[in-house]
Amino acid sequence: MSAPPVLDFKSVTKAFGEREVLRGIDLEVAEHEAVALIGASGSGKSTLLRCADLLVDIDDGDILLDGEVITDPSVDTVAVRRKLGLVFQAYNLFPHLNVLKNVMLGSVQGQGIPRAEAEEQARSLLARFGLEGREQDRPDDLSGGQQQRVAIVRALAGKPRALLLDEITSALDPELVGDVLEAVRELKYEGVTMLIVTHEMGFARDVADRVGLLHDGGIVELGPPSEVLFAPKQPETRQFLRRLLEAGRM
Amino acid sequence: MLVLGGLAALILTSPGWPVVRETFFSWDQFKESFPDVLKAFWFDVRMFMVVEVVVLAFGLVVALVRTTRAPALFPIRMLSVLYVDVFRGIPTLLLVYLIGFGIPALELSGVPTSAVILGGTALALSYGAYVAEVYRAGIVSVHRGQRDAARAIGLTESQALRHVILPQAVRRVGPPLLNDFISLQKDVVLISVLGITGEAFRTALIDNAASFNYTPLIAAAFCYLCVTIPLARTVDRLSVGTGGLAR
Repeated sequence: MSAPPVLDFKSVTKAFGEREVLRGIDLEVAEHEAVALIGASGSGKSTLLRCADLLVDIDDGDILLDGEVITDPSVDTVAVRRKLGLVFQAYNLFPHLNVLKNVMLGSVQGQGIPRAEAEEQARSLLARFGLEGREQDRPDDLSGGQQQRVAIVRALAGKPRALLLDEITSALDPELVGDVLEAVRELKYEGVTMLIVTHEMGFARDVADRVGLLHDGGIVELGPPSEVLFAPKQPETRQFLRRLLEAGRM
Repeated sequence: MLVLGGLAALILTSPGWPVVRETFFSWDQFKESFPDVLKAFWFDVRMFMVVEVVVLAFGLVVALVRTTRAPALFPIRMLSVLYVDVFRGIPTLLLVYLIGFGIPALELSGVPTSAVILGGTALALSYGAYVAEVYRAGIVSVHRGQRDAARAIGLTESQALRHVILPQAVRRVGPPLLNDFISLQKDVVLISVLGITGEAFRTALIDNAASFNYTPLIAAAFCYLCVTIPLARTVDRLSVGTGGLAR
């Protein structure tokens, strides 16, 4: 029997009041796979990631992590979050802590790793993402691209089963996007399982094994980038890509 | 400068000035009463420091209760709202009277009747309500994304509060908290109504009654200024410092 997918969404629905944001999402992310979800603002992409990290409760359906249901009320939500790494659009670094402490906080307090070991691990991760020498800096002293790389390192510090990347380049100046893209390519190369929500076609094209278009709370098309981005079958996908093209973002 | 000079000239040339100078600014009287007043002021400072520590701890607890979302804590959350509304709404002097004279009148066994403890309790209850609101403002001002990020890295709610939310909240409310300290430092005089001897304002009043001269009060005011002005400058410095942090 093959291993279950790392992340498995089964008919997931979510509404905020009257507004249905997710209408029966089915999606599997296999080990070492990178899946990118594209779609217009408000299509429910970010909500899907927040549901997976249990920051938002789903209304119906199930989300499974390594074959185990994590959206049951009896599940220890903190333990689940420790197995996933979420990176936010606005970085959400802790401004009162330096870079090193931002990265170590989850390992030391959340996972109970001894301080010395956590520090060594944090320093080597920071070095890998080109942040050597910035350990003592406050987040405010870094560029947006550097801050987002720190946020990626912070999410990686917990050795997550999967990384959830929520529009991680949207808040960056265009010239800094490449920095972060390179970091994510590196992650892909190392086989990190990723679910990526993005406006950035570079992610979808270069990093993702599969691309899905989220439209109106549902996944309307899902497949390899070569098909979804270059030979879309669904009218919604064609329309979305046409708009991106017109806006000069492809 | 011109206004101050004009004001000084007006006062110094006023017909009553020689009398005022003698009754309020007598150097001999000042020299005579200052040691007493200063000694008494030391009592004020100790009182202030003890009450302040209690206020800081108690106010934080009230603020934390008010900001929790746990449905099970609803009753004590309502209690904390009631406490803040009531104790912030009653003048501190009135509260000192009510607790300082009301509690002993109940003649309950085991309840302290010392005017110092009761007066301190009244001050702590009054200022606790203010400080709780200051803390609360700080806690709610921390962006929601910070709590999300703390939970996302696997912290529990209480760890998120301790390591992420509170450190940022307290930094932001430093200046308003110090402002309340200055106010409390002055309001220690209110407990003098309970007949506490050895308190600076009361000592000055007693000296005044003995000599029919108000200079001891000026001596007491001088003592207060020696503490409150440095505190005020600290507030200024902190406000500038956190201007960058509160972005």
